[in-house]
Amino acid sequence: MAEIAKEIERSKLLDIYTRTMKVNRTDEKFRALLMQGKVAVMYYCVRGQELVSAAAMAALDDDDYVVCTYRGQGEQTAKGIPIEKWWGECLGKATGTCKGKGGTMHITDPDTGIMVTTGVVGSGIPIANGLAMASQNSGDGKVTLVSFGDGAANIGGFHEAMNMAQLYKLPVVFLCQNNRYGEHTAYADHTDSPDISSRAAGYGMKSVKVDGNDVNAVYPAMEEAVAHARSGKGPVLVEAMCYRMMGHFFGSDFSYMPEEHLAEMAAEDPLPKLRKVMLERQFTEEELDKIVADIDAEIDEAVQHALDAPLPDTDEIYKDVLEEVN
Amino acid sequence: MAEITMTQALNLAIDEAMAEDDGVFCLGEDVAAKQGGGVFKITSGLTEKYGENRIRATPISETAIIGAAVGAALAGQRPIAEIMLMNFVGVCMDQIVNHAAKLRFMSGGQTPCPIVIRTTTGVGVGFGGQHSDMLEAWFAHVAGMHVVTPSNAADARGLMRSAIDANDPVIFIENILCYGLTSEDPGPGYRVPLGKAAIAKEGSDLSLITYGRTVLDALEVAGELEKDGISVEVVDLRTIAPYDEETVLASVNKTGRALTLHEAVRPFGVGAEIAANIQEKCWDKLKAPVRRIGGTFSAVPFATHLEQAWIPQKSDIAAQIKASVGKA
Repeated sequence: MAEIAKEIERSKLLDIYTRTMKVNRTDEKFRALLMQGKVAVMYYCVRGQELVSAAAMAALDDDDYVVCTYRGQGEQTAKGIPIEKWWGECLGKATGTCKGKGGTMHITDPDTGIMVTTGVVGSGIPIANGLAMASQNSGDGKVTLVSFGDGAANIGGFHEAMNMAQLYKLPVVFLCQNNRYGEHTAYADHTDSPDISSRAAGYGMKSVKVDGNDVNAVYPAMEEAVAHARSGKGPVLVEAMCYRMMGHFFGSDFSYMPEEHLAEMAAEDPLPKLRKVMLERQFTEEELDKIVADIDAEIDEAVQHALDAPLPDTDEIYKDVLEEVN
Repeated sequence: MAEITMTQALNLAIDEAMAEDDGVFCLGEDVAAKQGGGVFKITSGLTEKYGENRIRATPISETAIIGAAVGAALAGQRPIAEIMLMNFVGVCMDQIVNHAAKLRFMSGGQTPCPIVIRTTTGVGVGFGGQHSDMLEAWFAHVAGMHVVTPSNAADARGLMRSAIDANDPVIFIENILCYGLTSEDPGPGYRVPLGKAAIAKEGSDLSLITYGRTVLDALEVAGELEKDGISVEVVDLRTIAPYDEETVLASVNKTGRALTLHEAVRPFGVGAEIAANIQEKCWDKLKAPVRRIGGTFSAVPFATHLEQAWIPQKSDIAAQIKASVGKA
């Protein structure tokens, strides 16, 4: 695990906290709506991984690129996607980021740098290289961050993309959120090596393994990785250890998680730990509660807007297939 | 005007597109100067002009190549990715089918994916089962892409420019045996629009619908049959998908008979789709069932005589046409 580099600035810490809670409150709201039967869609819970996403997005510039997965709510909301459009898309409405044609697994919002959300495990990794290649070709100074899980590290494209990124010194940060499960398969049942980060050495790439439940570990690591990539020195593989505190997707059984694992992850829950850090850094309970209340109000409004929004026109199935050429 | 080969035509089209737009770049195995400008020399001389960032020689990593092309296209560039031989698309189908072809639609039109995937193939070179297949039907079956193949050097130049201009993915299929074909050079800036077929030879008795290398066979057979008083119209699709339905149907409505021909295997092929469409839309004009010819439904064999027997035979093309017009 990486050493703590330096104390995080107070304003940055507040930023990370706000982003973390945005992710968490969105997740809570989504699960509540699903439980109440108000919506019935595929949703991949991010409970337990909020901080990793928030810290990663807080380390990026607004116009940096992000590629994420079906479990990408954390990156999307923490990057600052307009939440009315986000909820609209998740509910399959015309007001969604993708006019209701992408859905929860394919959220795209180039205005906030959310370039691809893929539903195919590991497929975003080679695409991130291309975004970074465009930045290298044009010299626009952007960094591309691609988020994926430990399961994705075993698909062939991971290997191809790692090698290529290092070969060209592309400005990419590969963020492996090691949540200990690839779908329903525990880490030890899909990978014998104790970590994913050590694979970087095989490509000549810089890597770091951090505690993704500790803001003082994960944010400095992300900040350093982004700076390294932006400097032109090449990509970095960051392995952030975290827990997927629910099943693979909402409603799926996760009784396959052993008791000891559940106890371990409850003890490592990043949210109480972050709250503790915030209080230690002299933020008050009231301040922190107000942030959450404001986020909740914003989410409630966005959800209502999405629920009331019109469905996409049926003729949308014929549109955006190919460019209309006259 | 000077004559150019198909190899030169493709090189010229890419060169002028790169000169006009900094966002156009090439990537693929062996494509740069150090490796000789590509195994078929299509990118020869371009590294010297545009540098190694814009002529990127890649590792042997088809998924990473197409993934990178997709990502660069999303960022506004116009990558031309080379997949050395068409069979290797099997390695990167996820990037092509699930990503390149679908990102415009799934994003509600926000992220078009303007990439050209150049690839080559062809039966008759002695490359055996994993280096020879025509797999255009795989892509024609997926919404969100253009599938293109030239049958002559001038079209190669014009189609390549249009492919690079297109704001969607284009699978650009070259045939190894066609690289040496020559045409009068159509000159700089020449474009052949995507989705427009060419009438390679006019005729009145039967429409022979084909594309790529088999256009040459079609023209040869059609020329021979003139002596027997059979007038064959040869339609060169040029764009396989979405194809020029208007030109095809107009030709069949005129001749009343149709034969589809391709090097790819016959079952579930492009010819089957076109034949079905003709039966539906030209039924009252048809004087005979629509016929289809394709490669043998087996892997492409190695031994020369086996490979030659595998390919659609000119004698069979002639026989099918004669049977269709009732002169068998």
